Parts: sequence; structure tokens; C-alpha cells
Amino acid sequence: MTGATLLYLDGVTVSFDGFKALNALSLVLEPGEMRAVIGPNGAGKTTMMDVITGRTKPDTGRVVYGENSDLTRLDEPAIARLGIGRKFQRPTVFEPLTVHDNLMLALAGDRNPWFALWARETPSERARLDELLTTIRLVDDRDRPAADLSHGQKQWLEIGMLLAQDPRLLLVDEPVAGMSDAETEETADLLREINRTRSVVVVEHDMAFVRALGVKVTVLHEGSVLAEGSIDRIQDDPRVIEVYLGR
Amino acid sequence: MSRGPREGRRCRRSSPHGLFACVLLTVLLTLSAPVRAQQEPFANIASMTADVEAQGVTALAVSGNPRAATVINALRDGKLYTWKWPRPDCPLYIRTDTGFVDARSGAPVTTPAASNLRRVIVNDSVRAAIEIAEGALDLSSPSSAARLKAAEVLFQASDPGALALVEKALAKEHDANVARVLRQAYAAGQLKSGTGSVAERLAAVRELAARPDLSTRSLLSSLQSQPPAVAAAITTAIGAIDYKLKLWGLAENVYYGISLGAVLLLAASGLAITFGVMGVINMAHGEIVMVGAYTTFVVQRVIAAFAPALDQFGLLIAVPAAFVVAGALGVLIERTLIRFLYGRPLETLLATWGLSLILQQAVRSIFGPTNQDVSSPEWMSGSIAFGGLTLTINRLWIILFAILVLGALMAVLRWGRLGRNIRAVTQNRRMAAAMGIRTPLVDALTFGLGSGIAGMAGVALSQIDNVSPNLGQNYIIDSFIVVVVGGVGNLWGTLFGAMILGVVDKFVEPFFGAVLAKIAVLVFLVLFIQRRPQGLFPLKGRVAEA
Amino acid sequence: MRAERLTVVTLGCVLGGAVLLAALNLLTAPASDLHAPNFVISLVGKYLCYAILALAIDLVWGYAGILTLGHGAFFALGGYAMGMYLMRQIGVRGVYANPTLPDFMVFIGWNKLPWYWYGFDHFWFAVAMAMLVPGILAFAFGWFAFRSRVSGVYLSIITQALTYALMLAFFRNDMGFGGNNGMTDFKEILGFPLNRETTSVGLMLITALVLSAAFVLTHAMTGSRFGKVLIAVRDTESRTRFLGYRPESYKLVVWLASAMIAGIGGALYVPQVGIINPSEFAPGNSIEAVIWVAVGGRGTLAGAVLGAILVNLAKTMLTSALPEVWLFAIGALFILVTLFLPRGIMGLFTTCLPAVVPEATPDAVPGIAAAKSAASEIAG
Repeated sequence: MTGATLLYLDGVTVSFDGFKALNALSLVLEPGEMRAVIGPNGAGKTTMMDVITGRTKPDTGRVVYGENSDLTRLDEPAIARLGIGRKFQRPTVFEPLTVHDNLMLALAGDRNPWFALWARETPSERARLDELLTTIRLVDDRDRPAADLSHGQKQWLEIGMLLAQDPRLLLVDEPVAGMSDAETEETADLLREINRTRSVVVVEHDMAFVRALGVKVTVLHEGSVLAEGSIDRIQDDPRVIEVYLGR
Repeated sequence: MSRGPREGRRCRRSSPHGLFACVLLTVLLTLSAPVRAQQEPFANIASMTADVEAQGVTALAVSGNPRAATVINALRDGKLYTWKWPRPDCPLYIRTDTGFVDARSGAPVTTPAASNLRRVIVNDSVRAAIEIAEGALDLSSPSSAARLKAAEVLFQASDPGALALVEKALAKEHDANVARVLRQAYAAGQLKSGTGSVAERLAAVRELAARPDLSTRSLLSSLQSQPPAVAAAITTAIGAIDYKLKLWGLAENVYYGISLGAVLLLAASGLAITFGVMGVINMAHGEIVMVGAYTTFVVQRVIAAFAPALDQFGLLIAVPAAFVVAGALGVLIERTLIRFLYGRPLETLLATWGLSLILQQAVRSIFGPTNQDVSSPEWMSGSIAFGGLTLTINRLWIILFAILVLGALMAVLRWGRLGRNIRAVTQNRRMAAAMGIRTPLVDALTFGLGSGIAGMAGVALSQIDNVSPNLGQNYIIDSFIVVVVGGVGNLWGTLFGAMILGVVDKFVEPFFGAVLAKIAVLVFLVLFIQRRPQGLFPLKGRVAEA
Repeated sequence: MRAERLTVVTLGCVLGGAVLLAALNLLTAPASDLHAPNFVISLVGKYLCYAILALAIDLVWGYAGILTLGHGAFFALGGYAMGMYLMRQIGVRGVYANPTLPDFMVFIGWNKLPWYWYGFDHFWFAVAMAMLVPGILAFAFGWFAFRSRVSGVYLSIITQALTYALMLAFFRNDMGFGGNNGMTDFKEILGFPLNRETTSVGLMLITALVLSAAFVLTHAMTGSRFGKVLIAVRDTESRTRFLGYRPESYKLVVWLASAMIAGIGGALYVPQVGIINPSEFAPGNSIEAVIWVAVGGRGTLAGAVLGAILVNLAKTMLTSALPEVWLFAIGALFILVTLFLPRGIMGLFTTCLPAVVPEATPDAVPGIAAAKSAASEIAG
């Protein structure tokens, strides 16, 4: 592997009670790339995200990120500080805190508790927050508790938090689950927008959405890569058809 | 030593002087007793000091003297007489219907003046000695159990004077067990006599080494002035005995640990249902155990008042009664309190703590703050010996009871209709409801089941602990530890957790004392939860991580 | 903002009330109807100490979601530190008139002061220890517990075990802390006789000041970015991890601060009640302190202070009038507050404040999580 690779999963295996959620999974992501990961239920998509973000430790294999860091040796905060952000399927924002505070906590900066005790909002932070609030269209709601927001607004807030984190790599779990067609289209636009400055991995069920993204697709099946390539090639692949339609 | 009639009279008049002389005399007699014991089998049987007299009885019994049985029987029956004042030749007479016979020979004697004789007194310690002596005299009994007992007495006495008797018995003994003990008795007597060749002595030491108990050890260590080779063999034998005693001690600790573990298991089994399966943190669990113990008390009172004939079966009646009372209480608690707090463990913890205070105070108001007297039936008292172990029967019953309860609980959960419903509801509440299971009812019954088991634990605890309003507090933390160590929601884990905790506690106790042992266990728990937050037998996979 | 006004009101009540009470004691004639007798002064002083403990508990429970059932241990440790100073001050006035050894050490036949008693003849050393000892214990405990991600009821039960273990340890005579009887018969503090009225008034006023300081401090902490991270950790711990925060360090810092505040509360408590013994470590005490916070309103600092004072006032009145009823009352209080008043008294009239009491989250229910597949495991 050359230094140009951003993320490299090398033979990662995870088993729960004998059941192999990931089976010698290998995957390479180039810097600036957007990748869609699809697969039927239980194919190991979420487990793969868990391994990358440090939530689950693999039994074997390693995860190389950037130049030389092996992510399997780090915990979640350390991985997050390396610039890997994660968006969950269900929007998780800090409900009792205001919109402004939610964004401020996500803003890149010192995460040390001692620093947090004395931290005051700097002018540059304030400018950045204003900018973000405008992007996610929540300027008027900045002092409302996140709990009061609508479902859609929470989704936006979470995306704003991810942007505030300023990650190099963004992992997005089923972003359009339960969304209307228009919203789905809008989200695809947003992801493409984000992809201009960052790498993105999108896990998704929805084929139409993946097609709309128009990026390289990886198909997972029973914990390992079944096929990889453009959406058209994937859809013609007999093994993929077998997996998706054969059941 | 001037021992004239005058001293005796003074004695009876109890003048200070005379009393002093009497005491002095007794002391002197006692001191001279062991010397004479070797010379004359009847020497101490009429001693005025009860302990010396008891020794005399034993000595006579093992002496092999043909008149021993007759004399000891006469002593027991209060027919043995001696001269009123101590005399060097210590005459002994047995009173018959017609007159007196000489105890040593059995020959009739010309009637001594009755006013010069005193009956040899038998007190409790002498009576005990007589009992043993009669056992020793049983060497010719047809019952091998009686002969074994007799041989044992001979071994304990290890009197060189009895060697001939033992040899004779050994020659005609056909029971291997009895013969072994007789050989040991012979070896002991021989070693004590200080005679015999080195080879014979070495053989005797080997014989004794086969019997690793405290009496052998003290016998061996009392032997002096032996040839070097024998002394070395004795040291080795003592070492070996110490080692075996240590092993027995270990086994004893394990037994105590298991018995403590059984108590913990009983207290924790109910918790394994309410906390383990339902996820309810019930801090009033200990108080439900306490209610079970008080139910036992009430049942015994009722039986004593209305059906005294059932006295011995009070506990058997109390078990189902406690199950019903505690179970009903559990259902009540679930319906009025717990069900509003599902999914809020910290709130449940606080609310049930409040409940525990109320239950404690209620019991205190009704029954008073003092300990209540719960009796044990006869079939639960006493102990049995097993090798070097003494096992108390009530502990054995509790171990058995704990296993039965755990087994019944497992059976109910696996095969019972309620068990099936419980599993269905805990696995997928919505699906279970859709299948027509009345989930609120199942919740209530599950909690009732766990509480009922806690009540039964209370019946067992009433036998070994004080029945007071604070009974439950002593077990609640330990019970949680057991469930946590064993792994939440796993009854086998609960069993192992209880046993491990019980045994560890008993093993740590001798080194640190009871209080520090408790602290050590708590520290262990803290470290354990950190190492294995899911318990010893974790549930793996996605579900456990949800 | 209303929260700010609430803070000012609370501070005003505490300080104003204390000064008023002091004035009623010192400036009125003993026969006057307005006179505040000495026992009232020390009673109020005691309540204020409890309020400090309640603040400490609210800081970790209300803001970081750590339900501590062992904060009484930190309180008692602080109390013991002060007790040791007061013991050393007795000197030759003790029964055995030993200038260095406290009576109970002479009694059990010791002839040398143990090393850990050195320095306690200095007031400032004792005060420092009243914070440092709970702090060190809290740090060690928290470092282990939080790093290994022990949380929820497990953590609660371990904290309870902690104070239980300390209670057992302090019951031992050979620990050198007076065993069963603890320490009592104190004579003076910094040269002021403890039995003099003005000393009680002074102690009560100082306690009110310390409480106010603790209130300002905790208010600043919870209002800072640190406090916001804490609330985030409390409600959605895993999410904060993915944002790059280490919840364990945040919990450790707040746990440490809370333990030290509790220690100071204990140090002020002992000279006012005149005794410290191992029963202060009893798990029941710690849980009772939690209910003060619950009654007042968890997650509001003013609520913690209010709850501590109200519940203890009720306790004083009830235990003297109907001692049997108190346990029923406190038991019922536990149940009623958790069932019907989850946000406490403050929740009744601060409904427009942000909802700081979290909804039940699946994260917080380890038992339930495990229980999902538990039944099958049991049978299998």
C-alpha cells in the first residue's frame, strides 16, 4: 500500500459467539473518495463501521488510516480526534443542550476536561458557529434546546455537528432511511457537497440513492466483499443478483 | 504422708486447718497417681478426686484384668466400696446381696465394719469414663461396631499395660477395620512402653502414620528418648500427619465455603430472576427474604398453638407458606411500584430502597425490634463425621435445599408454561404480546416468582441467622455481588458466583479476619467488575451490546 | 435568564438567612420571643453541611448521571480529618491527660502516635486533608471505575460497597481512628471553645459561606463548556466518544471535585455535631443524601440545597414527635418522589428551564440489555 491510501482494512475478522460478522474483510479507500457500501441485512455493514470507529475490536486483521496509524489499537475518542466522524442512522443530538451548544461541543478543538473548564468562546469559534448555523438553517433556533427540534431539524443539526468536527473521513449510516424522494435527493446533493473536501463512506440499502450518488460501490455479503465497482457493473454481477434476488 | 483417721474427721468438720490438709492430701494423691497406675490396675478407681478416678476406670478397662468388667459394673451400680480413709493397699469391696467380696479376687471377705467403709462416688465425668470403659470391655462383643469402639478406646488410652489384652483380641479379630485400629492401639502402647527393637518401633510408627489425626499427632510428639532412627521416623510421621491434617482443614474450609455459598445462592436465586431476567434493581429483596423468615416464625407459632403434633414439620409447612406470602408481596410490589419504573434502573433502585425501609419498619412495629426465636426440628440438629470432617446437619440440609430450589427454578423456566412465557416476554415483548401473552401478567408473576424464592430463602436463613428486622440487609449486597459475578441472567452463573464467593470468603477469613475478609471480597468485586463487566459467563453478541 | 436569577435567590436565602439567624442569636435577649436558641444554630449549621453534601451529589448525579450511593464516605472522611485535628487539640484535657495521644489510643495500649496522625495538630493541614483524602480516594476509585466503563447501577452498587467497606474498616480499633466510638469530647477549634455560643454561630456562618462558595463553584462548573460536555455524557455517552471526548476523564474530574466538596462538608459537620464515628459511613446515610437531591430536584443546584434542608427539617421534626413514623415517611418519600416527582420540587416551578432530567435511554439499562437474551441462556 502506498501513502496515498486513506483507509485500508486488512483481513478484518469479527465474530460474536461463533457467528462471523466480518470475515477477512479487506477494503481500500483513496483520499477524497466517496464510497457506497451496500449489502443485505447481516452482511456486516454496521460492524464494519464499528470496527473503523473503534467501537468493536476485531479478532484479527488491522485497519490502517493515513500514514501509519493502526486504528484497532485506538479507542473511539482517539479515532475521532484523528478526523473520522460518524453519523448514526438515528439522529443523536444532545437533547437538553441548545443548538448552539451542540455545535460548539462538536467544534474541532481541545477535548481536554481541564481546557473545557476554562474555555471561553473565541471570536473565530463564534464566526465558525454562525457559518454552520446558516448552513444548516438553524440560525433562529440557536438558543433552543435540541429536544424541541423537529426530526428533520435534528438530522440537519447532526450533520452540522459533523461538519463542525471537520473530519477527513466521514462515515454515514443509512442517511436516507425513512426519507421522502425529495429529501433523499437533497441528502445526496449534500453528501456530494461534503465529498468535495472530505472522504465519505456511505452505508445504504436504497439502490436508487446509491445510483444517485454515482460513486464506486462495494457489496458486502456474509462479512466479506462480494463485488466492487460502478453501480452498473454491480447490478449486472450475477453473484450480486443471486444475493439480492435469490432469497 | 501421715494419713490417719483424724485427718478424715477433721475434713468432715471442715475446720480451716483440716480443709487445708485435705486439699494438700488430694493434691499429693493426684500427683502420685500416674506412678501407681503402671503398677496396679485398680489403683485409682477409688480416688477421691473425680478426674483421677475417671482415669483409673479407663486404666482398669484396658488393663486386661479379668475382674475389670465386674468391678466397673459394680462401680456403675454403686456397689463398689473402699476403706473410708486412704490406705496404701487401697482395699476394694463389692457389696453383694449377702455381704462383701474382695473386688480384686472375687473372694468373699469377712464383713468389714460398715462404718469404716465408703461407697465410691460416681459423678458425670466418671460416668462418662465408665461408658467408654464398658466399650473397651466390649472387645469380645459379637458386634463389630462395638468392637471398633472398644479398639478406639484402647488406642486413645494407649496404655502399655493393655498390650497383652490387645494382642489377644488381635489374634481372634477377623474384621479388617477393627483389626487395623487394634494394631494401631498395639503400636501406640508399644511405643509408649519404650521397649522393643528399633525395627519393631519403626513398624509401630509406620502403623500409626496410617492414622493421621490429632490424637496420633499428640501421641507421637509425646514420645521421648527413642533411638535416633525411630526419632527421625517419628518426625517424618508427624510431618506427614500435619500435611494430611492441613488437607482435611482445607476440605473443611471448602465445606464451610460451600455452605456459605448455598446460603448466598438461596438469597441470590430470587434476585437472579428479578434482577437477572427482568433487569429490576430490587433493593428490597433482602426484606422479602426477611418476610420469609418471619413467615417461618409465624407458622411455628400457629402450629405450637393449634397443632403441636406437627411440631417437627413446621419448617416443611413454612416453605410453601413463605413462598406464597413473599410471592404475593412481590406481585403487589410489581403492580403498585415496579411497573411504573421499567427502563429506569436508577429510579427503581431508589424507590425500592424506600420500600425496604418501609418493610423493615413495618416488621419492627409489628414484631418488635428484637430477634425472634425460631426453633430447629430434631432432624436438622446434630452433626455427622466424615473422615476428618464434622458436618453439621442443618448446613447439609441448607445445601440440599439450595440445590433443590435452583433445580426447581431451572425446571420451571425451561419447561413450565410460566417459564416459557417469561422467556418470550424478555426476548421480545411486542412479539409476545402479539402472540396473545398477557405481558403485564407475566411481569407480575415473574416478579412474584423471584420474590417467592427469596421468601423460601428466608425459611432457610431462619435456621442459621437471627430473625430480626435487619436480617435482609446482611444479604442484599452479597446477593447482588453473586448475581453480578455470575453474569446477569444466567442461573448457572449464579450458582458458580455463590460458590466462588462463599469459598473465597472462607479462605480469606483465616488470613485477614472476618471484617477484612469482607473488605477483600468487596475490593475483589470492584476489580472483577472492571475486568469483566458482564460477569463470569457473559452473554455475547449484538444483543449484549445493545 | 431564570437560571441566573435562581442562583442569586438561593445564594441570598442561604447567606441572608444565616446572617439573620446569627443576629437573632447574638443581638436578642435569651428570653425574647425572637431569640434563636443555640440548638437551632447548630441544627441549621448541620443542615447547611448536609446541603454541601447534597451539592456534591447533585454535581455527579444530576449533571454527570453517576448515581452515587457512597458519597457519605467522602463526607465522613472529611469529618474524620477534622475530627483528628480536634482530637489533637484536646491534649492534656483528656481523661488520660496524654499530651499527644488521644484517649482511645492510650486506652488500647498504644504508646506512639501512628505516622498518619502526624500534622493533624495543625488546622490548615487538617483542612487540606479533609479535601485531599476524599480526593485521592475518589481519584483512585474513579480512575478504575470510569476507565473500565462501569456505569449505571453497577457503578452505584460499587459505590455502596465502597462506603460499606470503609465502614467495616473504621469499626476496627487497630485502624487508629477510635474504632466503634469514633472521636468525640472535642474541646476547642483554633482556640475557640466549642461549647461557647459565639463559636457555634461563627461555625454556622462559615458553613453558610462555604456552601455559597461551593454553590458558585458548582454553578460555574456546570455552566462552562465542561458542564455541557458532562450533560452530553450523561445522556448520550457513546455519542460524545465519537465526537472525540473521553467521558471517563470528564467523569473523573467531576467525581474528584464532588468528593472534595463532600469532604469539606464533613469537615464542617464534625465540630458542629461534636462527634464522628464509623456509622457515618453506613450505606443508608449515603442513599438518604441522594433522596435529598431527588426531592429538591436533580440537576438543579438550588434544588439540591433546598432538598437537603427541607428533608432534614422534616426529619428533625418527625423523629422528635413520632420516631416510629420517620422510616415510613422517608421510605414513602423515596417512592413518591421517584414515581410522581422525577424532577423534584424545582421541577414544579421551573418548567420553562431546559429539561435537564434525561429520558430513559436504553444505554442506561444494562440489566435490560442483557436480559433480552437472558431467558434463553437460562434455559439453555
